[in-house]
Amino acid sequence: MHALEEIRERARAAAAKPALYGADLDPCEYTAEAGECGYVESLDQLEELGAEELARAGVEISGKERSGSYVQIDGSVVHSKALEKGLEVLGCREALEKYDWLWDYYWNAVAVDADKYTADVELNPFEGYFMRAMPGSRTIYPLQACLYMREPRFVQRVHNIIIAEEGSELHIITGCASKHDIEAGLHLGVSEFYVKRNAKLTFTMVHSWAEGMDVRPRSAVVVEEGGLFMNNYIAMEAVRSLQTYPTCRLVGEGATARFNSIMVAQPGSELDVGSRVVLGAPGCSAEIISRAVTRGGNIVARGHLKGETGGIRAHLECHGLILEEGGAILAVPELEGHHPDVDMSHEAAVGKIAQQEVEYLMSRGLSEEEATAAIVRGFLNVKIEGLPPRLEQEMKRMMEMSRRKAL
Amino acid sequence: MGDPEKERDAMLELRDLAVAVDGRQILSGIDLEIGYGETHVLFGPNGSGKTTLLMALMGFPRYQVTGGAIKLNGEDITSLPPDERARRGIGMMYQRPPTVRGVSLRQMVSISSRDDLDVASLAGEMNLEEFLERDVNHGFSGGEIKRSELLQLQAQNPDLVLLDEPESGVDMENLQLVGRAIRRLLQKDLVRRRSKSGLIITHTGYILDYVEADHGHVLCNGTIVCSGNPREQLEGIRRYGFEECATCTR
Ligand SMILES: Nc1ncnc2c1ncn2[C@@H]1O[C@H](COP(=O)(O)OP(=O)(O)O)[C@@H](O)[C@H]1O
Ligand SMILES: [Mg+2]
Repeated sequence: MHALEEIRERARAAAAKPALYGADLDPCEYTAEAGECGYVESLDQLEELGAEELARAGVEISGKERSGSYVQIDGSVVHSKALEKGLEVLGCREALEKYDWLWDYYWNAVAVDADKYTADVELNPFEGYFMRAMPGSRTIYPLQACLYMREPRFVQRVHNIIIAEEGSELHIITGCASKHDIEAGLHLGVSEFYVKRNAKLTFTMVHSWAEGMDVRPRSAVVVEEGGLFMNNYIAMEAVRSLQTYPTCRLVGEGATARFNSIMVAQPGSELDVGSRVVLGAPGCSAEIISRAVTRGGNIVARGHLKGETGGIRAHLECHGLILEEGGAILAVPELEGHHPDVDMSHEAAVGKIAQQEVEYLMSRGLSEEEATAAIVRGFLNVKIEGLPPRLEQEMKRMMEMSRRKAL
Repeated sequence: MGDPEKERDAMLELRDLAVAVDGRQILSGIDLEIGYGETHVLFGPNGSGKTTLLMALMGFPRYQVTGGAIKLNGEDITSLPPDERARRGIGMMYQRPPTVRGVSLRQMVSISSRDDLDVASLAGEMNLEEFLERDVNHGFSGGEIKRSELLQLQAQNPDLVLLDEPESGVDMENLQLVGRAIRRLLQKDLVRRRSKSGLIITHTGYILDYVEADHGHVLCNGTIVCSGNPREQLEGIRRYGFEECATCTR
């Protein structure tokens, strides 16, 4: 395990390295002790563990229309199972024991010494999932993952590895949630995605944290030739602070990445959410779309497109809506071209709801509040292309659920 | 309306109405009465204040009533917001409605509708099936906007129909369709039982070839300078232009 020693060494060196963005937090101030949760064979046995809370995160407890599930509560893996051929769902540590080759993927997309949070996940006990679609496999239903926190002041350390093998199609829905009355907690989530040649991976994530939670996801994606990665991220409920800036590297010709982020900042929330795509081969394309609404909290909406080679196309769209005074939105769209033949553009706008639009809807009979709600809803209603129709429905349902609680 | 002794209220009654936009006086001394089942047209040169009048009738806060009153069915609605007016039966077709991103035409139709209705078939009649899922007014052509507005109005089915230049930008092919929709809104196939009233702004007068109007008014410089037979007025305007209206003594 020479390689692991080197990883550890790098992690130790970065243990105190603050992140570039977001309030600086000390994982040591949280507890790693939480009540153990036993493994359950069937999802419906989870009900006594607070199924309603799991449903909050969009997890389908019945397991219906899911091709498999992973559920983690605090630091315990309580369920991991794939139901369809061609899919694999394991705990990450279990998978690393099972497959020697998996070590090549471990801390490959995400740098272990990126900051103190990545280092912390490596230097302490962690859980997390391993999901894999075998070459050429296609499943009708998505896999689901749920990371739940209920122990007060707990630090949840997660390391996920997701692989869509050559020519496969993999859809994942994931809910991350905490008990809504938890006074404090820290979620550190490392996710490494690998999209092989001509594979397609869609990842739809809903965050439903609590007012006292701090959240630091650390994700990175590598997409090979002809591959497609699509990330849909929804965070509308209260959180103390959330900072994430996943990077997707398109390394093979004709690879594609799409990021859609839909955020609502509640009063007191600090959201710093970005997406970055590095286009490293000809024929690659990328699209980053974010919609940010503040009801009094602060949002930084970042986006960075980097065209390293010619023959690439990329677009970035960053729209913000300020509903209440006291809220602030900073849109930071960045374009970086390293070749004359790049086609990159961006569009950013921050403002309030147009009174003219509210009045238009009012003249059709809606009250001012109803009209405002309809417009905000429309603003957040990003048209997401490329999801299978069923999944698109599911995503709409999840968004609607979040939205109802958030607005 | 119950008391036969009392003079019957009009659908709409304006007495000495004055309207300012952003502190600038645009309309003054407007007297207008529209009876039940009547259709009135409003002529006037560009910038004379026609749109301003309609916006004030719908109750948009920027169009501030600085004098006089607006009565609907005898009720003073001068200080009511647009949604209250819509609920009381006023509906308006915009000359330039805003685009609302993320809100589809289908949603607008369902927002507007008082009752359950067959949106698809109504949209079919207006040649707008393909537009139902599109964001309302986003990338719509001039004529498409008119048809979309009329589709929403048909869903809303107002008692007092306010139309701002319904024919402008509409091609010949769709003019028939627009005319038919307006006739339906105004119950033109009813005679004795007709109760819907209308106020139609028209710059060109073409709409009169499709919709009968009972009374005409000419608005110049923010005030009504002439009321009478709409066809005669149109004839005069076509022959002599609006300049004559202001000084007309006929
Ligand atoms: N929203 C507005 N902002 C600024 N000026 C306006 C606005 N609406 C109307 N006006 C002014 O009021 C006058 C009347 O305009 P309008 O009612 O649109 O005329 P019409 O519809 O007869 O062409 C014009 O001088 C116009 O510039
Ligand atoms: Mg006008």
